[in-house]
Amino acid sequence: MLTLEGVSKRYGDPTTGTLAVQDLTFTIEEGQIVTMVGPSGCGKTTVLKLMAGLLRPTSGRISVDGSPVTGPPEQIALVFQDYANSLYPWMRVADNVAFPLRRLKLPKSEVSQRVQRTLEAVGLRGMGEKYPWQLSGGMQQRVAIARGLAYQPRILLMDEPFGALDAQTRADLEDLVFQVREEFGITVVFVTHDIDESVYLADSILIMGPRPTFIDERLEVDLPAPRDQLETKQQPEFARLRSVVWRNIKESSLVMSTGAVRTET
Amino acid sequence: MTPSRRSALYTGAEIAAPLLVIAAIFVFTNTAGGFYFPPFQDVLIAFQQNWLFARIGSDLVPSVVRMLTGFIVAIIVGIALGLLLGKVAWLRRQAGPIVEFLRAVPPPALLPFTIIAIGVDSTAKVALIAFVCVWPILLNTMDGIAGIEPTLRNTDRVYRIRPWDHLVHVELRAASPQIFAGIRTALPLAIILMVISEMVAATNGVGYFIVQAQRSFALADMWSGILLLGLLGYLLNLVFSGIERFALGWHHASHAAAS
Repeated sequence: MLTLEGVSKRYGDPTTGTLAVQDLTFTIEEGQIVTMVGPSGCGKTTVLKLMAGLLRPTSGRISVDGSPVTGPPEQIALVFQDYANSLYPWMRVADNVAFPLRRLKLPKSEVSQRVQRTLEAVGLRGMGEKYPWQLSGGMQQRVAIARGLAYQPRILLMDEPFGALDAQTRADLEDLVFQVREEFGITVVFVTHDIDESVYLADSILIMGPRPTFIDERLEVDLPAPRDQLETKQQPEFARLRSVVWRNIKESSLVMSTGAVRTET
Repeated sequence: MTPSRRSALYTGAEIAAPLLVIAAIFVFTNTAGGFYFPPFQDVLIAFQQNWLFARIGSDLVPSVVRMLTGFIVAIIVGIALGLLLGKVAWLRRQAGPIVEFLRAVPPPALLPFTIIAIGVDSTAKVALIAFVCVWPILLNTMDGIAGIEPTLRNTDRVYRIRPWDHLVHVELRAASPQIFAGIRTALPLAIILMVISEMVAATNGVGYFIVQAQRSFALADMWSGILLLGLLGYLLNLVFSGIERFALGWHHASHAAAS
């Protein structure tokens, strides 16, 4: 449903500017959770911004359900890592969630129903009257997820959404991703630099190479559902996938830090 | 000391200190004041005769109307231009030195010019007040808008927030702490310029009244005018603080929560 064909992005001048993304081609299937993992600084966020329509590709084609992406498409919502700067501190939680719905001119009851339902889905029942800054970091990111869900997108893009959170909160929110995928039937594209997270969440892993970003490898993940923080991570298959991703990123980091030319293996 | 006793003590001191000052003024003006410092009771009587409420309509109202008109014009123009400069980086770079220069011109120096160019009527005073008050508001709005986190703008783009909603509910709200700081800086300027412009060229107003009283050696009247201006400034500041507390409650509370 989300397709990239030969997508490249140059910053600055279209012919001589810095090449950030080179010739990306891949498809994200409906209902999947696809994780994008790569060394930090490899341009994962650039790819996500291209998908979200926040950046225009220099060449190539991005399309959602066959129609080309020229600006932020209606079917896509994005959850940022920096939740504190993505939520509106002057609005209550419920108003934060409802704000993107103003444009739709829905009846009041429909709006409050959506707000209730999504806040409940992310475990924030009864928190609508609070302000974001009255909540912990993990709860704030839950608000941002609820806002994304209330917008009723078909694809939820998440840009290192749990990168700033502690391990326990992070584990809880990872499981929340499965839960909302189930409940709302959405497709999730999840950018992370955490190797365990990229394997644990994924139906499919896109391993990104260093700048200019390209797809180094695509791994299909066959771990049984439902996933479990303890059991899934103890399986031999998890360990195998983890080591594949790990080795790949290790190589990329080496290329980035030494400037060595990458050799095909 | 228990906290409740301490707070009672503070409140007591807060009330007692001004009373002590007033008492001291009474004693000083009655014993050692002389011609320039008439007894305080005379000033109070003059205050009652002039400002309760004989000259309210003829002098205070024109002054306040001039001040508020100029101030509100400055707020509207300052926010509008600050928004524009805050959003358009190249324009901001071009306009920077000009704005800084105009802001640095001492306001009273413009008085002779406004008298020649616009005359001595209310329009000239309003224009002068607006011209001087606009700069702090403009600069602060500009900084506030330019300093908005890119993530916030990207959020609104992703959710396809309508331009008007984005402007009013996000950009202006995000910049409102700085905008209010600018307005807070401009408020005393408005009062100062109101008085000065009325002292130089006017036929009514509190500033005019003070100068007239001084010229006719009616020093109790003169002091009553000064007392009125002090009260006016205090009151305006109180009103402004109330509005600010209401509009920026989220800002103060979120900072308190973060620290």
